[in-house]
Amino acid sequence: MKKIEAIIRPSKLEGLHAELQEAGFAGITVTEVRGYGRQKGHKEIYRGAEYKLEFVPKIKIELVCPNETVEKAIKIIIEKSKTGKIGDGKIFIVNIEDAIRIRTEESGESAL
Amino acid sequence: MKLLNKKIILFLILFPAVVFCKGTNPTVESNANDIANVQINVNYVWTLLAAFLVFFMQAGFAMVETGLTRAKNAINIMMKNFMDFSLGSLAYWLVGFGLMFGATTTGWFGTNGFLFGDFIKDKDPWLFAFWMFQVVFAATAATIVSGAMAERTKFVGYLIYSVVISAFIYPIFGSWAWGSLYHGNGWLENLGFIDFAGSTVVHSVGGWAALAGAIVLGPRIGKFTKDGRPKAIPGHNLVLVALGTFILWFGWFGFNPGSTTAANTDIALIAVTTNLAAAAGAVAAMFTAWFFIGKPDISMSLNGALAGLVSITAGCANVSPTGAVIIGLIAGMLVVNSVLFFERVLKIDDPVGAVSVHGVCGAWGTLAVGIFNTSGFNLSAVGVQLLGIGAAFLWVFPTAFILFKIIDKTIGLRVSEDEELNGLDIEEHGMEAYPDFEKVF
Repeated sequence: MKKIEAIIRPSKLEGLHAELQEAGFAGITVTEVRGYGRQKGHKEIYRGAEYKLEFVPKIKIELVCPNETVEKAIKIIIEKSKTGKIGDGKIFIVNIEDAIRIRTEESGESAL
Repeated sequence: MKLLNKKIILFLILFPAVVFCKGTNPTVESNANDIANVQINVNYVWTLLAAFLVFFMQAGFAMVETGLTRAKNAINIMMKNFMDFSLGSLAYWLVGFGLMFGATTTGWFGTNGFLFGDFIKDKDPWLFAFWMFQVVFAATAATIVSGAMAERTKFVGYLIYSVVISAFIYPIFGSWAWGSLYHGNGWLENLGFIDFAGSTVVHSVGGWAALAGAIVLGPRIGKFTKDGRPKAIPGHNLVLVALGTFILWFGWFGFNPGSTTAANTDIALIAVTTNLAAAAGAVAAMFTAWFFIGKPDISMSLNGALAGLVSITAGCANVSPTGAVIIGLIAGMLVVNSVLFFERVLKIDDPVGAVSVHGVCGAWGTLAVGIFNTSGFNLSAVGVQLLGIGAAFLWVFPTAFILFKIIDKTIGLRVSEDEELNGLDIEEHGMEAYPDFEKVF
């Protein structure tokens, strides 16, 4: 099992979610986050004075899936989140030791 | 039987007429009296209705100020605006009204009529209608200052300022220009100074006091970089700023047309000049900001409408609709440049642009009456207008500056650095305006 953590543009969430659902991924967790990478914030103007938004609002999605579907998930995320411009975000892959469904106490892949 | 029925029906129909007409037969004189009484009653209704509209402007000021500042100071700003009116009403009742409209022996301020003293003497209820209309004006002058001093002023220091402007600073200048509207007699009005609804008397007075306050306080932490470059501190709700501006524009239909304090046909032209100047101000400010900043900035456009309103306030009854449009257009261009000038050149931190909107555009509007007066242009009239503008600055700025300095040296005018960073809401008032909202930094 792997956990896929993807930081994406907030505007891309809706399209990505629909596609993941269509492809049969069982569930995702979404968090509103702020941060910066190479983009290093962006500038806005307020009453004639420029200011830097150091931490840009982003969406973090987390999804855990069996090893076989990781490639498919990554492909969908890239396809739905890529604009080619700076600020598209990142994907991190983490090994997951186990998963437990609280309601039924099932564990392993059947808990996903 | 049938005849009797008819008689009964006739009686029932005529009965009210019999009852209400009993006594005298109407004569030409009694009719004239009744008509005059209707006019008097409508004057009361119009003046009070206008006063209630101007009262609503307090809500507009509060929304504009809080929208242009950060969420962590929202409660403090509501309290300042609320107390401006509450404390200000009491101060104006106790002292201010008498200074402004009492009979004068010195020629500089009124010396009687405190606590409705005149009503005890002559029992004329017009005093109440007139006082109600005047107290909302006094509160307007007071609340203008709040915005320029936002996000860093100690609450108790602000309360003291608020009482002093409503009790002394505003009424004394007011007596020079408007005293004769009641029992006073002002030297400025005697020279022919025109300020119909208060571009100078209300707005410049508030604006120059705001300037003094902003200078004595100094800028908010983080407003300027070490080398003096201004940085933006974005307001937390531009939607509230827009709502507040709509409310102010609406209230201005009481502020200007109400200043007739009489229900007459003049109010139609005054409403039109008021509206056109506001519209022209908004449009001019939008394009000016677009040109200088690169975007049709909302806060500047909203400031532009207010700039137009402030500018037309002096001349709303004395200029043509075309004159009003020109006055508004110039005000809209002026306000954007003035905001940038105070911030970039003078390095004064005025979070809402109160000094530019009320001080600068109030002065412009007062001068404009001399230029665009429909009864003709003459230089001596312009001179008198300039004298009034200068007198307002020379009276208000020094007195307010000294007042703020005294407050600063005694109980303190500015909160501590920690309080400012944590927000005045939690530090001064012990609570937050939006406790359930997620806050990021």
